[in-house]
Amino acid sequence: MQLQRQRDFDPAFRWLTTGCGVLVLVLVAGIFWELYRGSELSLEKFGLGFLVSQSWNPVTEEFGAASSIFGTLVSTAIAMILAVPLSLIISLFLVELAPPWISRVVGAAIELLAAIPSIIYGMWGLFVFAPFMADYVQPFLARVGGDLPFFTGPPMGIGMLTAGIILALMILPFITSVTRDIFLMVPAVVKESAYGMGSTTWEVSRKVTVPYGIQGIIGACFLGLGRAIGETMAVTFVIGNRHEISASLFSAANSIASTLANEFTEASDDIYLSSLVELGLVLFAVTFLLQLLAELWLKRTKRKMGVA
Amino acid sequence: MKGRSIGVRRLKDGLVRALATLAALVGIAFLVWILYVVLARGISAINWDFFTERPAPPGMVGGGMASAILGTLWMTGLAVLLGVPAGLLAGVYLAEFGQNTRFGEAVRFTSNMLMGTPSIIIGVFIYIIMVVPMNNFTGYAGAVALAVIMLPVVTRTTEDMLTLVPSALRESALALGSPRWKVTLGVVFRAARNGLVTGTLLAIARVTGETAPLLFTALNSPYWPTSLNEPTGNLTVTIFNYAMSPYPDWQAMAWGASFLITAGVLGATVFTRSLLWFRSQ
Repeated sequence: MQLQRQRDFDPAFRWLTTGCGVLVLVLVAGIFWELYRGSELSLEKFGLGFLVSQSWNPVTEEFGAASSIFGTLVSTAIAMILAVPLSLIISLFLVELAPPWISRVVGAAIELLAAIPSIIYGMWGLFVFAPFMADYVQPFLARVGGDLPFFTGPPMGIGMLTAGIILALMILPFITSVTRDIFLMVPAVVKESAYGMGSTTWEVSRKVTVPYGIQGIIGACFLGLGRAIGETMAVTFVIGNRHEISASLFSAANSIASTLANEFTEASDDIYLSSLVELGLVLFAVTFLLQLLAELWLKRTKRKMGVA
Repeated sequence: MKGRSIGVRRLKDGLVRALATLAALVGIAFLVWILYVVLARGISAINWDFFTERPAPPGMVGGGMASAILGTLWMTGLAVLLGVPAGLLAGVYLAEFGQNTRFGEAVRFTSNMLMGTPSIIIGVFIYIIMVVPMNNFTGYAGAVALAVIMLPVVTRTTEDMLTLVPSALRESALALGSPRWKVTLGVVFRAARNGLVTGTLLAIARVTGETAPLLFTALNSPYWPTSLNEPTGNLTVTIFNYAMSPYPDWQAMAWGASFLITAGVLGATVFTRSLLWFRSQ
């Protein structure tokens, strides 16, 4: 009798767990819906021109996302250019070169980089790394590549380049951990065959391991990209918050996330707030799309490699 | 390999080995650099007042972070109460009921999407659905934002941990006539207990260091948190505000708070990771 009563609870339990699953769907749909509704005012007033307009003037109530989008794209690009090769070669070190105990220790240390909160990167970036950039790295770059438009202007420390480098550091552990797993999935037999033919470690890596895992590596890059684009606090500390597009990587700039962090609580007018929400909508849509691609791509790759 | 002598190939190999080792060292160097700076600058700002006093106005000597620490603890606590049960149950759904269904696949996919959503977007979302209707920045809004960030993390780790439990265990319990909910909560959860605890701890560690979702939900406040129905002081937003201020005292306090957050988050992460590692040995 008692058991039967307990069994009666089963459908309720099932519905409860399903409900929590639905909650996840509702949240994501809700984010899209609320951000869309919140930005209606700005969508109506500026239309698609919002995406390409450079003005950002709370006084005249003219808003455009171009400088924020530009800043997000450039800082992310710097991060990817630095982080992808570095992650790849660190993964090779971890999988192919280092003895097991070193590999474990170094791997754990790299993963710890992911556990440091964003705001700590910001503190370190603003008070320690930016002065370091201003004193050593930027003068050096100006001397070496001063003819290029990227390395002109006063070396202030803060700005696009510093933000990009810190972002690179932050996404490094994510890309490294995925590529390492992918390198580990390459069957030993394949690598041993290459070694048996007399290849050196580098030749095996370049001609066997990397081509074998190239699809997974691309997926890992997408994941890192998604992270870098939405990163907020570290970038807000060091990017300088200036609504202007400049070719120089030394100049202060802004990104979508940093604009939101800096200005959201100050937005007094409806249209100002609405424009900020639309910035958020753009950021959400882009990260969503990137992750979707990464997810589909990695799933396909894993299935393929599982069969092979 | 035509025309390339073994010497050149060996040299190239050696160069790449050296470069790879260097790259790994660069990664570690940055980790050590950051941790050293936080430790060196943070520890000098920490004293007894830091844990017992509330923030002092600029220029005044003394003051501490006690109200912010308390606010962070309250909001994280409430976020755990909201986010962890929901996450556990959603994880149960994925592992036990929705394993091979289309809807389960959709939930899994969406929770991955939610996990990768920038935390500042969650902040904007909660601002719209909670701060605007309530017409006030509140600690509740901050806690809900943190809970939304925890939810997918707990969901995914719960699913991973539960699928590791052998089906034979479930089937034996079901064969004895136990109802499904008892099998899940009494048998499967018990078998996966350690994994669930570490997964939850990692999720808590993650939200403790979050700043962006609190910026326009909980805001910040220099007062003791008497209720979560008002702007609530917290460590991370205080770090942000103090770091951006021109006062050296406040910047020193920001370093103290940074040290506390880093020690807490990294401590919890290292502790749970090593727990997992020792068990797998």
